[in-house]
Amino acid sequence: MQTEQSLPNPTRSGAVRNIAWWKNRKVRDLIWRSAIFIFICLLGILFIFPLAWMISTSLKSNEQVYVIPTVWIPNPIVWENYPNALARMPFIRFLINSCITSFIPIVGAILSASLVAYAFSRVRWPGRDIWFIILISTMMLPGQVTMIPLYVLYSRLGWINTYLPLIVPWFFGGAFYIFLLRQFYSSIPMELTNAAFIDGCSHLGIWWRIMLPLSRPALATVGIFTFLFTWNDFIGPLLYLKTESMYTLQIGLQYFRDQYSVAWQELMAASAVVLSPTLLIFFLGQKLFVEGITLTGIKG
Amino acid sequence: MSRITAGLLKWSIFQKHNRLWWQEAFTGYAMALPWLLGFLIFTAGPIILSFYYSFTFFQITKPPSWIGLTNYRILIFDDPKFIKSLYNTAYYSFFVVPLSIVTSLSLALLMNQRIPGRSLFRTIYYLPSVVSGVANAMLWLWLLNPKYGLINAALKLVGIGPIPWLNSAEWAKPAMILMSLWAVGGTMIIYLAALQDVPVHLQEAAEIDGANAIQRFWYVTLPMLSPTILFTIITTTIGSFQVFTQAYVWTQTPGQGGGAGPRDSLLFYVLYLYQRAFGELKMGYASAMAWILFVLILTLTLIQFRISRKYVYYEEGPKGGI
Repeated sequence: MQTEQSLPNPTRSGAVRNIAWWKNRKVRDLIWRSAIFIFICLLGILFIFPLAWMISTSLKSNEQVYVIPTVWIPNPIVWENYPNALARMPFIRFLINSCITSFIPIVGAILSASLVAYAFSRVRWPGRDIWFIILISTMMLPGQVTMIPLYVLYSRLGWINTYLPLIVPWFFGGAFYIFLLRQFYSSIPMELTNAAFIDGCSHLGIWWRIMLPLSRPALATVGIFTFLFTWNDFIGPLLYLKTESMYTLQIGLQYFRDQYSVAWQELMAASAVVLSPTLLIFFLGQKLFVEGITLTGIKG
Repeated sequence: MSRITAGLLKWSIFQKHNRLWWQEAFTGYAMALPWLLGFLIFTAGPIILSFYYSFTFFQITKPPSWIGLTNYRILIFDDPKFIKSLYNTAYYSFFVVPLSIVTSLSLALLMNQRIPGRSLFRTIYYLPSVVSGVANAMLWLWLLNPKYGLINAALKLVGIGPIPWLNSAEWAKPAMILMSLWAVGGTMIIYLAALQDVPVHLQEAAEIDGANAIQRFWYVTLPMLSPTILFTIITTTIGSFQVFTQAYVWTQTPGQGGGAGPRDSLLFYVLYLYQRAFGELKMGYASAMAWILFVLILTLTLIQFRISRKYVYYEEGPKGGI
């Protein structure tokens, strides 16, 4: 008797389940979530295919590139495509040029933007708010408006075919980075800097000793964004670098395609090499990226 | 008399602020100096010069000569290529903005569900958006290859194609749109962050009140996201008007230099501006183009702000804005 009572009646509960299994919240939830999961998987495959295809092509022999239906795993794997592709251009020279025009701007952007962001966030100076509005509105300005006068300016200065036009402006604080860092600085407690100020620390000292160490993640984000921009920049080097020995990898890649009839496997190999630092930085700094985007984007 | 009042006024301003005020003011300007200088040299000065150049005939080697509104008149009435480039850009923007907003928002909503391997998928969706520059253009050149490209191979499986993509005037711009959609991950991340900011208590309250998932999305999530939607619409629109690298790489025929795709179908605004400025050294003409672009972008942004008043909900009053 007791057992009968404690155990639910199998037939009855079965009948209940039969009627209502699709109304059952848990079951519906599970079905819904599996459907979403399958959809996300399919979509994920779609998103990853182009890059997989790039790597796959870069390892194929010339015949395999043109095989239909598509071969995904090359047989044999032709590693030589990489050295062959790079040997077609002064790769080391382009690489050095790309490094010069990418790493020096990182230093410039971090130093200048953080200093200016500090002024906007912690120092009270007349006109600060108006200047900040101007700063924000410069972000809306399309670069094409300033492109031509800047080209004229640089050519008057004799800076054409040097790296200076690609480096010097970074030391004057990019609006976007200043905005990003100011947002970050507002999350650092006022009490901290006020205390240091009362103790007689100068603003420069507070910036150097307190703000910079505390804002390392934000500074890394600025560094990463700068690197991505400068490494992938095309129009800048295209305008200012004229001789082959000055080319960056981006221009070099375009030039490489221009000079030789395209061998897709080599072009993909070269592209993969040019892309690799970006991908590497992406995987190392994904968290910083996301933080940087949310810091500036979300409060829209 | 007036000299005395002026002197008094000056004295009183000086008196009003103590030493600390002056010190702060000095330090502030000194620390903001890099940007203030940069603003004058790299932004304000060039803006004024560019405006001036747009009314001149200017080829760099010789000083600019004033020709009034001629550049603007030719652009608007006598330059079919300019109209073509404007049309191409508007076409691209018209499709790419709504499509990428809807795609990225949908992806963010999917990613916001509790599913296994969420961070892995987030990485996968986000990854393409950092793939940019010439390498990206090269990759898509190969993907879109009509005969051996992956996209036509995939379409063949579902019985479509082969689509001539970049070899035809009709399909070149859709190819461009497709490539841009691959890179919606950045916008998705913005939405994802905004979604995580939607208060759970609002969702729960709506659920208790009997709202189903669709209603909760429409009446709670969407209004809470509306400032972010406005922000992304504006930034994507501005970006879409400035496409250059891909168009440049795609339209270069090896050994022959700059082109504009079949029947000028890839002649985007900035590409045409570049060709005029640095191919033909028509700096005045190109400056006028830059200013038209600027005014266009500004107008579009203002219109979007205007429309947004109807749909954007700001939690703490109508302050928001960037």
